[in-house]
Amino acid sequence: MLMKRELLKGNEAIAEAAIRSGCKLFFGYPITPSTEIIEYLSKHMPKAGGTVLQGEDEIASINMCYGAAATGARVMTASSSPGYSLKQEGISYLAAAELPAVVVNINRNGPGLGGLGPSQGDYFQCTKGGGHGDYRVIVLAPSKGQEMYDYTMMAFDLADKYRTPVVILADGMLGQTMEPIECKERPTAELPEKDWATTGCMGRSKRKISMYNLTNEAGEEIALKLQAKFNKMKEQEQQWEDYYAEDADYLLVGYGTCGRVAKSAVQMARQQGIKVGLIRPITLWPFPEKAFSNIPKVKGILTVELNSGQMLEDVKLAVNCSVPVFSHTRLGGMLLSENSILKKIAEVFSLEVRA
Amino acid sequence: MEKVFGKTRGLSDTPFTYCPGCTHGIIHRLIAEVLEELDLIENTIGVAPVGCAGFLLDMFNCDFVGGPHGRAQAVATGIKRAMPERTVFTYQGDGDIAAIGTSHAIHVAARGEKITTIMVNNAVFGMTGGQMAPTTVSGQVTTTSPYGRDCVLAGPPIDLPKTIATLEGAVYVAAGSVDSPKNIAQTKKMIKKAFQVQQKGLGFSFVSILSTCPTNWGLSPVESLTWLREHMMPVYQMGELKATEEVKAL
Repeated sequence: MLMKRELLKGNEAIAEAAIRSGCKLFFGYPITPSTEIIEYLSKHMPKAGGTVLQGEDEIASINMCYGAAATGARVMTASSSPGYSLKQEGISYLAAAELPAVVVNINRNGPGLGGLGPSQGDYFQCTKGGGHGDYRVIVLAPSKGQEMYDYTMMAFDLADKYRTPVVILADGMLGQTMEPIECKERPTAELPEKDWATTGCMGRSKRKISMYNLTNEAGEEIALKLQAKFNKMKEQEQQWEDYYAEDADYLLVGYGTCGRVAKSAVQMARQQGIKVGLIRPITLWPFPEKAFSNIPKVKGILTVELNSGQMLEDVKLAVNCSVPVFSHTRLGGMLLSENSILKKIAEVFSLEVRA
Repeated sequence: MEKVFGKTRGLSDTPFTYCPGCTHGIIHRLIAEVLEELDLIENTIGVAPVGCAGFLLDMFNCDFVGGPHGRAQAVATGIKRAMPERTVFTYQGDGDIAAIGTSHAIHVAARGEKITTIMVNNAVFGMTGGQMAPTTVSGQVTTTSPYGRDCVLAGPPIDLPKTIATLEGAVYVAAGSVDSPKNIAQTKKMIKKAFQVQQKGLGFSFVSILSTCPTNWGLSPVESLTWLREHMMPVYQMGELKATEEVKAL
């Protein structure tokens, strides 16, 4: 096992955290820029008493997760955008059958085969469902190596707490960058007993795991039960980081890589006496609407994304037209800089800012 | 009076949902009897298909999992890898395993996954109303081959057991039928051997069973049995297609 603080790629941090979260099974298929996850686990998980099986494709891998999750085991799969698309059917079934699993998406740019550069183009797909049917999954967005590690541990607990798939959404920059990681031990969490798992019915009545309905009435009952769970998640699990947000006149909103770049932009603006703050969503679903409930001083918001403006819609819904919301984006695998954010601030809020 | 026959403990009291003359019910009973005879009911986790047999989760007395169409073997792989000491089997129609699930059928066999798969081949997609399947025979009329299966257009049918038998990890491959008492008895022996192979951890075991679909074939139950003998048995290789030396020694 690793020592306390290690220099790891973000992808490796996710993998190491999975092992230390008690995940004994990983099913996946190689795809850049997420491949280090399956490589690292292939090397280290067997030593920790686990199994890594390379599936014939992404569809097989997510359905292997479904089977393992049905036994109550902690299980994970990882992929990048095109592969994440292939997993959608399985994720919908996991959500329907209420099975816990952790699914990592190291977002590359699309649509189609696209390229390997950092992108946040899968925001809609991850947060709005992705697969068929009316369901939601918790989506966590780390912005640095340590969070790749910490949020993975959190993902396993949330998955077990709510019997739901949990998605970790990062990008190639976060996955490939090496940073010192404190490999913390798993925090103790009070989690419900898995008294639903199909493990063989020795000494108990038989169990089944499935979700279908033969009458519309039964379908409605199941759907409402699921929605009640999603509403509970929405109420209890919103997480975000405030960065100089409390006294801000202008607010940036960015997650993941953009959240990180935006912090530099906040510092540069503050040095010039302009009160810029940042809200960095940690949960993309549930979107942290509560973060926007008490911002009377804010004159305007600028969202910062590596897509054409997807989270922008959730921010607009959260502020409900009380503040003007602008969007700053860069696409196609290119990173945006703190200078470009400052320029955009100057432009949309008619301020004198030196980039 | 001495009781000479009873319903197997492997089946629950949930009524079957199958049409008159469909042989799914016979196949369910054979599997359930084998599980009871090998004392495996409490040790077993079954994986259901999507299709007519999608409701068998309730009909068996062992734990059961139902997932997406065609993915039963991938789901079973996950279960088996999580609990290697359990008996895991999939029950799948020909549409489920020989069309949308073919990649898993090949790779489960190639990996020698220590699970058992029972494929029920009735030459159509039954649940959706009798469409052409990869197993539909040449000239067979279905709702999506209304002029009869044209093998120039759609290709000839797949004999999946023959394909699976070529893969090293598949150690027992058999094709049976439940159209007569003799064949029912023989098919039960195949199912039993397939589960014994898994108990011994020898590799992947696969039994394909020809079955009738009177409703979608548009025939009476008795006519369906004749049709199966005349039109399916000549197309699909029957009997034990493959048994490794270790399996033969069982």
